[in-house]
Amino acid sequence: MVSIRYDETWMEVPSGKTILAALEAAGIGLVRGVGCRGGICGACAVLYRVSSQTHVMSAGLMCQETVQDGMEILPLPHVPNKKVPHRLELPEDETPAHHVLRLYPEVNNCVMCGECVRVCPMHLDVMGYVGMIKRGDLKGAARASFTCIGCQLCVIRCPASISQPNAALAARRWFGAHQEPRADHLTRMLDKVDSGHYTPIFRWMRRLDPMEFQALYLRREREPDDAPPGTWLPDDRALL
Amino acid sequence: MMPSSPLSLFPEALRESVRMVQRSRESRLAKRQRGERVEPLSLSDRRALLREFHPDHREEGRAQLRVGPSQGSWLPEELVALLHARPRPLVMDLMERARTHGGLAASLTTDVLVIGGGGAGCAAAIVAAEAGVRVVVATKLRLGDSNTVMAEGGIQVADHECDSPAQHFLDVMGGGHFSSDPDLVEALVTAGPAVLRWLEELGMLFDKYPTGRMKVRHGGGTSRQRLHAAGDVTGLELMRVLKDRLACLDGITVVPFAPAVELLTDESGRAVGAILEQLPGGRPLIVHAKAVLLATGGLGRLHLNGFPTSNHHGATADGLVLAYRAGVPLRDLQNCQYHPTGVVFPEKLTGLLLTEKFRGLGAQLLNRHGDEFVFGLEPRDVTTAAIIRECSEFENGVHLPGGGVGVWLDIPLIDWIHGRGAIEREFPGRFKEYLHMGLDLRQVPLLAYPTLHYQNGGVVIFPNGGTDMPGLFAAGEVTGGVHGRNRLMGNALLEILVFGRRAGAAAAAFAKGAKLAVDAGLGHLEAYLEQLDGAGIQPVQSSPRLLPAYGTVRPV
Repeated sequence: MVSIRYDETWMEVPSGKTILAALEAAGIGLVRGVGCRGGICGACAVLYRVSSQTHVMSAGLMCQETVQDGMEILPLPHVPNKKVPHRLELPEDETPAHHVLRLYPEVNNCVMCGECVRVCPMHLDVMGYVGMIKRGDLKGAARASFTCIGCQLCVIRCPASISQPNAALAARRWFGAHQEPRADHLTRMLDKVDSGHYTPIFRWMRRLDPMEFQALYLRREREPDDAPPGTWLPDDRALL
Repeated sequence: MMPSSPLSLFPEALRESVRMVQRSRESRLAKRQRGERVEPLSLSDRRALLREFHPDHREEGRAQLRVGPSQGSWLPEELVALLHARPRPLVMDLMERARTHGGLAASLTTDVLVIGGGGAGCAAAIVAAEAGVRVVVATKLRLGDSNTVMAEGGIQVADHECDSPAQHFLDVMGGGHFSSDPDLVEALVTAGPAVLRWLEELGMLFDKYPTGRMKVRHGGGTSRQRLHAAGDVTGLELMRVLKDRLACLDGITVVPFAPAVELLTDESGRAVGAILEQLPGGRPLIVHAKAVLLATGGLGRLHLNGFPTSNHHGATADGLVLAYRAGVPLRDLQNCQYHPTGVVFPEKLTGLLLTEKFRGLGAQLLNRHGDEFVFGLEPRDVTTAAIIRECSEFENGVHLPGGGVGVWLDIPLIDWIHGRGAIEREFPGRFKEYLHMGLDLRQVPLLAYPTLHYQNGGVVIFPNGGTDMPGLFAAGEVTGGVHGRNRLMGNALLEILVFGRRAGAAAAAFAKGAKLAVDAGLGHLEAYLEQLDGAGIQPVQSSPRLLPAYGTVRPV
């Protein structure tokens, strides 16, 4: 057992468990501050100090961090953050990068303290991607922020009042919608579907009796795992 | 935190077995390069394996449903208990009021009420709002807290030259042991390309080549490489984009921490709203709507057969209870998906998923001697049964000192096959997470065992997302028929989008031609309770359950 302090109260909880599971074992079932229980939804952000002897404020997710003796916790189910609605419609005289900067100009106020990087439970280079947004590198920002779970721990610690996860989300969506090339094979498939090409194929397949249909299933050719993209074709092309 | 040795986190009892895995890796790689592999099973071998080792096929753990439209079906006993349970106390009180007042007055009115804020619910809400109707999204936790956000592997869409919706149809039907509703499957696969283009336009990022071509992989049971992924956080990226799109639209009100505990119906038997229970505290919120859409997800947190689960905190089968009490039939619920590779070690992550994408890229399943014992990309139920057999009948599992058994998933092999850096690139989320815990996925295999992952069956729907009850629509994991008795990887994300959008559009159209009810009440519930009493079923608990019963002393 270890002692942790929650809601100003010290309590004994089993050791070796995550904060969330330890609280539950102590009889506290959270409603706010619990979500996927798998470290990906960002519902269970927590600030904690391991003992009153240390000056260090740590941060993490309650479903991932293991309880430690002397831990004092502050769950943060919701951190107010800045969010600008947008429709991904690009004004004629603007670039996507410039537009994202217009939505979140406060990225320019970053004082490069690095606190966001220190507290990020996903170990992202938050300050780095803020810099990329500032410099107009949406692709870089998209990549650097890709596993952001939006827990908002960086937001609550940012001295420049930046809402980093929302700026990054805008960067990713504007990059995806306006700069990332579209899949042209997908366009060709859409045309084929829309032209009704598959209607007679489905009609034929669905008229097969169960044994014939199962035989068709068993005859499937399996695309080799290492086939170079867009090159391999099956011998039997009746379903294409 | 970097470990002193790659094995330092493993208990002593496991290390020898890890070394056997490491020693056999080179010869396994050589075999793979020669094209030798453990052969996929024939259909009859699949059936035999499932019958003997899959949890769904065993007698114990099942009970017979004794009332309602699907009366007589044998379903998981945990689910039957909820369907046989009485309404929550809050609803019982309101039933009295509805009876004396001729209905329940609204605290909130809308055109379309979407119950559930995961992928299907958000997709439906977006489409309905775009069609110009007012939408309320009621969610148990926050918007987006769902199984969708946890999906790692990807989304199946037939969009490459060697592939077609018809080929995809064949894979889905066979993977589901030919038990799916073919109309639903045809709708699913045919709408795939349009859904993918919609996501591209919303700015969702996929793994792509510089030309824009989608990178695709095999999943279990696929004949073509058609899994589209966003690293190993496909569901997270999808959910972020859907939530953002939803937040940027007018006409949608999100009511968080307010799960639906009962549907409202009118005299004619139409769904006209729902009772929400605000958490915590349990104050009721009566919503009147012209159309109601169920997108409540699955049942993993019922821990069927005592299995751990990969599901989010709120997956407690609420939607099944609501729909069934309202007279909507259920299907295929005797079959649940036990994902082959849930985490066994480290123990604090028990039940969480090791995505099938690991196996898609070549990671092999190995017993404690380091031998491969199953073709890793069988349909999921087959792989699961093979792992259970290896650990039970063949006694080749790896035992943890504190209890628990598993088989190795040899992830480092991926770097050997695809070159150094592949694991880091393809699994950016998991790689960092495990490295932080002291486990370097480039060097050590992980221990896995099946985990309760997905509810294959559910509410019976039509291809437009409608149900037997006028005004009631449903989409996503709460529904049945799309996957039949077994779902293939990557078809759940496709399903929530295709049918979320369809149901959203159908509900919006229905709402445009409908009026709010003046007598929204609980007539259907009275009828259901009479059946329970008539069958002599004692009231032992209330449902829907809303939250798993971990530490319920002081909900905060």
